[in-house]
Amino acid sequence: MRGYCAALAATALILGGCAGPNRDLVVLLPDKDGKVGTVLVQNPKGNAVLNSAYAAARITPEGVQRETVTKNEVGDVFGSALAAQPPRPISFIIYFESGTDDFTEQSKQEVKRLLAEMARRQAPDITVIGHTDLVGSDPSNDTLSLQRAERVKAMLVSMGVPAARISTAGRGRREPLVKTGDGVPEARNRRVEISVR
Amino acid sequence: MLALRSFAICTAIFSFAGTISVAAQASDIAQFKVAKGSVYVERGGQRLAAQVGTALQSTDAVVTGADGSAGITFIDNSLLSLGPNSVLAIERYAFNTTTHEGAFDAMLRKGTLSVVSGKIAKQSPDAMKVKTPSTILGVRGTEFLVQTRD
Repeated sequence: MRGYCAALAATALILGGCAGPNRDLVVLLPDKDGKVGTVLVQNPKGNAVLNSAYAAARITPEGVQRETVTKNEVGDVFGSALAAQPPRPISFIIYFESGTDDFTEQSKQEVKRLLAEMARRQAPDITVIGHTDLVGSDPSNDTLSLQRAERVKAMLVSMGVPAARISTAGRGRREPLVKTGDGVPEARNRRVEISVR
Repeated sequence: MLALRSFAICTAIFSFAGTISVAAQASDIAQFKVAKGSVYVERGGQRLAAQVGTALQSTDAVVTGADGSAGITFIDNSLLSLGPNSVLAIERYAFNTTTHEGAFDAMLRKGTLSVVSGKIAKQSPDAMKVKTPSTILGVRGTEFLVQTRD
């Protein structure tokens, strides 16, 4: 028992010696599409900008040390956290027949794919997001886009998707799929996006 | 025929969701999509066991045990996941679904954290901050990892 305790204490000393107090590690990863973002590391003893794949900052009471880590090191330290990442949200897009409440034939197929994706996921929840084209003002398009989203929500509920799993949002004219000038009617921008999480 | 098949799929969703979830609340900001081993939510001094489908509110903290890991999806599509022996406190979360303006402050007290930033950080470069007890990370995007040890 005494030997065991001594070994434990020695291990703690070694680990403590290696780790040091208040030691942080920050690593920037490439995005899924290959792009790399930016993280600003701010500490009273120094700053670092991470903006390349596997760029890292090690932070100790002495300061911030910039380095590059390997994929293996990332796996050793962060393997469990990475394995627990939730599935990426996926968006499905519904278009309307011009001047009607009817979905296009293509959109009916999209709804089938959406339902299949929900069935694949654990505890899926969805946000239905309405968008408009650039005809009209912000406030009127906010209202219109939310109405479109509510209509799609009602359709999904009628198909058996639990209402409690669906939230709605109206993005108005802020996020056109196709860039156009102000006041230009564009069918591809009059859409509802369904984000499955 | 098509309607029948859709109905079958929906029934599958319905029955599955029914076993693990409670009704969504307006104050819900995120949901557990992954929960392995011991995973808890600390809310108002209480510790609640978390499972897939459990909802989070702003100012909750998430705690994983030695065998625990957890993956959480926020309503702005930020994805955060924790390895074992970790404590993550949500200090502030606000998201406007129309403008995408918001604020997201999270504190990793200990352990390991993986982050894929979402619509809040995309809309406003200074709106998302991940902290450790010693350091503040300004999140311009998108995927990164944090470990903190005391």
